[in-house]
Amino acid sequence: MESGAAMNMESRIEGARARLDEHVRAMVEWHFSPGTGCPYWLDWARSAGWDPREKVRAFADMRRFDHFDDEVLRREDPARFVPAAYRGRPYNIFETGGTTGMPKQRIGWEDFRTDYTEFSEHYGDDFFPKGGHWLMMGPTGPRRLRLAIEHLANIRGGSCYFIDLDPRWVKKLITMGELKMVRLYQDHVVEQATTILRHREIQCLFTTPKLLEALAERISLVQAGIRAVFCGGTTMTPQYVRFLIEEVLEGSVRFAPTYGNTLMGLAISRRLTPEDNFSLTYYAPQPRAVLRVVDPKDPDDEVAYGEYGRVELTTLTREFFMPRFLERDEAIRRPACDEFAWDGVGDVRPFQSGSRPVVEGVY
Amino acid sequence: MPETIHLPILRLGRPYRSMDRLKLDAGAVRLEVSLANPGLIRRDLMGIASARAALRRHSAGALAGHCQRAAGLEVGGALPWGDGGDQQGPEDYVRALSALTGLPHTLCRANMRKVGDALANMPAVIAGLTRGLPLEIFDTGVTMRDGLAVNYYPAAESLGVALPSNSPGVNSLWLPATVFKVPVLLKPGREDPLTPYRLIQALIAAGFPGEALGFYPTTHEGGDALLLACGRGIAFGSDATVRRYEQFEGIQVHGTGRSKVLLGADWLDRWADHLGVLVESISANGGRSCINASALFVPGQRDEIADALARRLAAIEPMARDHPEALLCGFANPEQARAIDARIEAHLQEPGAEDVTARHRKGPRLVEAHGQTFLRPTLVVCDDPGHPLANTEFMFPYASLVEMPVGRMLPSLGPTLVVSALTGDAEWIRDLVNCPSIDRLNIGAYPTNRVQWEQPHEGNLFEFLFQRRALQGDLGALGRAAA
Repeated sequence: MESGAAMNMESRIEGARARLDEHVRAMVEWHFSPGTGCPYWLDWARSAGWDPREKVRAFADMRRFDHFDDEVLRREDPARFVPAAYRGRPYNIFETGGTTGMPKQRIGWEDFRTDYTEFSEHYGDDFFPKGGHWLMMGPTGPRRLRLAIEHLANIRGGSCYFIDLDPRWVKKLITMGELKMVRLYQDHVVEQATTILRHREIQCLFTTPKLLEALAERISLVQAGIRAVFCGGTTMTPQYVRFLIEEVLEGSVRFAPTYGNTLMGLAISRRLTPEDNFSLTYYAPQPRAVLRVVDPKDPDDEVAYGEYGRVELTTLTREFFMPRFLERDEAIRRPACDEFAWDGVGDVRPFQSGSRPVVEGVY
Repeated sequence: MPETIHLPILRLGRPYRSMDRLKLDAGAVRLEVSLANPGLIRRDLMGIASARAALRRHSAGALAGHCQRAAGLEVGGALPWGDGGDQQGPEDYVRALSALTGLPHTLCRANMRKVGDALANMPAVIAGLTRGLPLEIFDTGVTMRDGLAVNYYPAAESLGVALPSNSPGVNSLWLPATVFKVPVLLKPGREDPLTPYRLIQALIAAGFPGEALGFYPTTHEGGDALLLACGRGIAFGSDATVRRYEQFEGIQVHGTGRSKVLLGADWLDRWADHLGVLVESISANGGRSCINASALFVPGQRDEIADALARRLAAIEPMARDHPEALLCGFANPEQARAIDARIEAHLQEPGAEDVTARHRKGPRLVEAHGQTFLRPTLVVCDDPGHPLANTEFMFPYASLVEMPVGRMLPSLGPTLVVSALTGDAEWIRDLVNCPSIDRLNIGAYPTNRVQWEQPHEGNLFEFLFQRRALQGDLGALGRAAA
């Protein structure tokens, strides 16, 4: 039985790898063909002196690209990333960062819907009750997340209430040592959410771990009628996950932790089993995005399973092409599992967080 | 293979094993300390009402009695050590604490006795803080004084204390809160989780309700959570710590002490008789306390006094931690010792300062000995009180010595935790007792580390935790309620 299951797993992994290679060929063809590609990448290919369409035939060939420099997303006008095939269609501009200076900008049309539809399908009808209304408490503004959560609520038959939090201001307050103002701002945000929960029927919640804690210090989420929480944003150690599940969610509200950002979309965490000991593992929405855990000293190489390394993200959609971006995060490389036939990233935390202070804020 | 002992978080009476742990080498034993995530502390505070209710079931007099019984247990008893059923005797505690902090056994014992004395003298300590109010004030909130009702009420539901690791004796500061019926949540210093844990175990063994005591080893962020959520908080630390919390009126910070010895013109001729007071002020407890003198002001004979004092200080040599005469503490983090030494050397390059101890000591200030890194005692003579080495303090026996007329001493003080003024000059003493820069004042030949239980020290905990309210009208029912 066991060897049969192992063989089955092996063939699923092989199948996923083949689908990824095929997807890589299609996306490279799309982004580097004048009829479909965007000015930025077409210009890049001209100056690089090689044609990715010829050289990149599988995901392993992606190493021919240098690590993507995200400064490009601050420097270049977003219009330079409009694929020829999308010319004339207005686009969404999504931002990340921006506490000081220019934020990074990514444009998009349908990607966020695709990502969140897939997320929705991964969870059954009961997890986030179909037809239930949502509350999003977290960064809205120029972020993809705001539209994505509303789409998620809508495709599951519900509507979504929003409470905004401006993480740029929070980071600034922390840097200025204004702890008191940080607390007042957090109270202001959580108070608004409490008011909505008291007066409206809401079953599903999206928020960040710290705001979730703060909310549950004011009201019982169970008594407020919350059935499931979708959470993402900051580091969640196993102890923190245990605390959230056992105490904040009172051992009964369902919990869907995710890892994601504007450049990737969102990586879903596999179901926790007792053997996981509350250690989370996230899986990228492959083949549209690929996460690798690489050796920080030689980012061409992946680290061994079970070891920490730097997270590398490659995004491959028709709307956005971003090869081998080194994230400001590190994680443990974890193998494929029943739910996902490709590698995952475990216990994500800020890159080199053991050796330097990191501002993560209240969000 | 040393034994591993696990110190759990004590969640107001409930031991909790965290998945985040700090591993420490405590000599014969290895310690694993459970670390609390910040939210866990705030969550426990949601149930603080039951902690207060548990305290209300005891009279303040009974709680003071528990403290006195705990004194004997703390100094001489075997108490639970971690959650594995091990027992910790006083010498186990001394050896482990010494291994963790670098404090020699002598000082570990002295600090243990100091904390034990604070417990044993609890009624006197509290009388000093409340100016003699009867303990019943903590049962009823009201007492009569000269026919007038006096009502005090707690300003907060709990007290959070972020403890340092440099001197276990500071634990004596929070102890009175237990009799005030204010639940206490402690964040131990990184290198000394043992002292607060042992104290809590002694109090519980003596009859104190465990629901009213919290032990939360945690991160800096957890320390913020504890201090901010408790209603009242006490933190220890540097000037940076003071700046961090000064925006919160509910948090009292014990920063650098900058304690000083001032020599009056009337005692100048007798300075040689009091060298011992100067040496003790600078070097007691390994120079680690904020009540150690870090500056001396003298009205004359600077070079003679400096040379004689430097000779005495330079004679204090690093010894093994278990040596019966050891006084200097090794640095738990050798990098810290190296950084301090480099800073002193850099400032000595500026004109107007001389390390007088360098003439007398048997080697450099920074020394590796007995398997530890030490800084030898250092006395620096400064021409001007504005020199960077003149009004600073370090975590080893260090002091500056500046000559100035008596009339310039008080204007030059700056915020000072303890002043020992060696003088009998009535006029100057009047100025001293009215000086707003001094927290604690010793008049006469007393070292800065002198403790008198009846006097409040390092901030009055009672005044910090309680507020007085005007109370008038028909108060007869109050007496019946108390009965």
